[in-house]
Amino acid sequence: MSEPTKAPAAAGRAATKKALPEHLKAYKHVWVFVEQERGQAHPVSWELLGAGRVLADKLGVDLAAVVVGAKNEQTQSVVHEAFCYGADLAYLVADDLLKDYRNESYTKALTDLVNVYKPEILLLGATTLGRDLAGSVATTLLTGLTADCTELDVDAEGSLAATRPTFGGSLLCTIFTLNYRPQMATVRPRVMPMPERVEKLVGRVIEHPLGLVEDDIVTKVLAFLPDRESSKSNLAFADVVVAGGLGLGSPENFQLIRQLASVLGAEYGCSRPLVQKGWVSSDRQIGQTGKTIRPKLYIAAGISGAIQHRVGVEGADYILAINTDKNAPIFDFAHLGVVSDAVRLLPTLTEAFTKRLSPHQRDRLAS
Amino acid sequence: MHIVVCMKQVPDSAQIRVHPVTNTIMRQGVPTIINPYDLFAIEEALRLRDTFGGEVTVLTMGPPSAEDSLRKALSFGVDRAVLLTDRFFAGADTLATTYALATALKKIGAEFGPPDIVFTGKQTIDGDTAQVGPGVAKRLGLIQLTYVSRINSVDADKRLIEVERRAEGGVQQLQSRLPCLITILEGVNEIRVGSLMDALKAARATLIKWSAQDAGVEDITKCGLRGSPTIVKKVFAPQPRAQKAELIELGDNPGEALIDALFQRQPKLEGELEKLARGY
Repeated sequence: MSEPTKAPAAAGRAATKKALPEHLKAYKHVWVFVEQERGQAHPVSWELLGAGRVLADKLGVDLAAVVVGAKNEQTQSVVHEAFCYGADLAYLVADDLLKDYRNESYTKALTDLVNVYKPEILLLGATTLGRDLAGSVATTLLTGLTADCTELDVDAEGSLAATRPTFGGSLLCTIFTLNYRPQMATVRPRVMPMPERVEKLVGRVIEHPLGLVEDDIVTKVLAFLPDRESSKSNLAFADVVVAGGLGLGSPENFQLIRQLASVLGAEYGCSRPLVQKGWVSSDRQIGQTGKTIRPKLYIAAGISGAIQHRVGVEGADYILAINTDKNAPIFDFAHLGVVSDAVRLLPTLTEAFTKRLSPHQRDRLAS
Repeated sequence: MHIVVCMKQVPDSAQIRVHPVTNTIMRQGVPTIINPYDLFAIEEALRLRDTFGGEVTVLTMGPPSAEDSLRKALSFGVDRAVLLTDRFFAGADTLATTYALATALKKIGAEFGPPDIVFTGKQTIDGDTAQVGPGVAKRLGLIQLTYVSRINSVDADKRLIEVERRAEGGVQQLQSRLPCLITILEGVNEIRVGSLMDALKAARATLIKWSAQDAGVEDITKCGLRGSPTIVKKVFAPQPRAQKAELIELGDNPGEALIDALFQRQPKLEGELEKLARGY
């Protein structure tokens, strides 16, 4: 860790940590909200159970999974999976009103659970669902919430130390919620490693009623339109990713990224400015506010490598960077670098890869 | 209709640099802009006003210099701009921010008519939390519709609204009621070029400036640093990797040379790439 830069304004206040108020001492154990949409658990939930396991072990407390969903077999199987990914127990709110995610019903379910069973730490995925829910729950409970953490730990006094990028990712900061409970944090998908799944029987499940009828819920779900398989980006799980940035110079040149990706059978992506300019759709954005990737090979072309981008790609096994500026920050964390204009280099690279890799394709067709 | 847009003035993060020696943010000379995600909220609000009539109010909390961004918003044709500025608001985290904004929104409602829709952008580019919109909605008891990619219909008489909301793996079509708070997704519209008339008006307009007291804040301990349950204990620059990238020269046949260099250093990649290219 590098040294803290300048004492932040809050440091003095933080140093005078008050003893936890009596009514907050009852808050114990680490909870992970297991996100599911229509019976499908989001993998970030298992990543969080892995991270939560470490925190719970350090604190010497239980790790609980919180499952909220329709009263059916799919929800039961999500509960089962949660135990396989390391939960010691599960809290379950099962009600058919919870079939679809809606802010009102899910906020009630999770807030009620917290008020009755009192966790000290509550982790959620920083997905569209998790961010929609976390803000409502934290505001209802009037507690602290640290969004998009890249690192979670507990300090010597047992407080959650949540580290996240700040100032658009130029710096990192470590944030505490000292005198409020629960301490809430969200983490983006693929930031934490996926723990190993170990087959286990379902353990202790504590069921809690939702206590709502349909008329209590204002918002109605008229339909759910699943994304077409073909248009879905699979960036987060791709083995090879090719991405472009402002160095491409024009929206037309983004074609060069797609072409290389296509030859490699890779997914393509971009840095944030391209999304802001409207050159590329936001589901292709890589970085702190986009997707976190963990490929075997990442090729970054014309991307300067602001920290906001860096935190999304650091999990890559190998990073090849192409940039005209030899001082670009991307060369601080890439493995191999070429100081060159990506617009010129990409076509020859694509051509060379086509030659190298296509004979095998011919072999396959022949056999 | 009365539509209120909560917006924020942010440093243009593309131009932020960290001082190489002191690891502090070099703010000097970094231009400030309207949070880019908020522009979509402003435009959506203006479109609804153009269709249904009424007024658009923009609200921001920030230092006195945030006036620049409010004037910019007025130049797009926004009707009214409110600046919430007070040293008591400084150092606010998301919870304290939502308290201040919600208090000001109540005051806006009392003075200029209750809002039918409150808009925010998806998130800001400096905080990136996406938590202020939901927090404001919760404090005001408004229905929240986040990540809205499309407003399908608004029935001002029946107080109904239908939207499409980006969810994980698909889009939810939702029906809900007014008043509500909407956080709008980027790319759904394009901010207009304001008329010359609006630009002139914006330059001359008197902004509404409220201190905490003006806005009706009753409990100052819920504002700013004091009202923030989260505490920033440490700020630091990311750890530089011990080794920087190995920079290579490619010569006359750069494509081939780069692939050679890559496979030489990562022999396993050759097989992996062949497998992938074969369609696995």
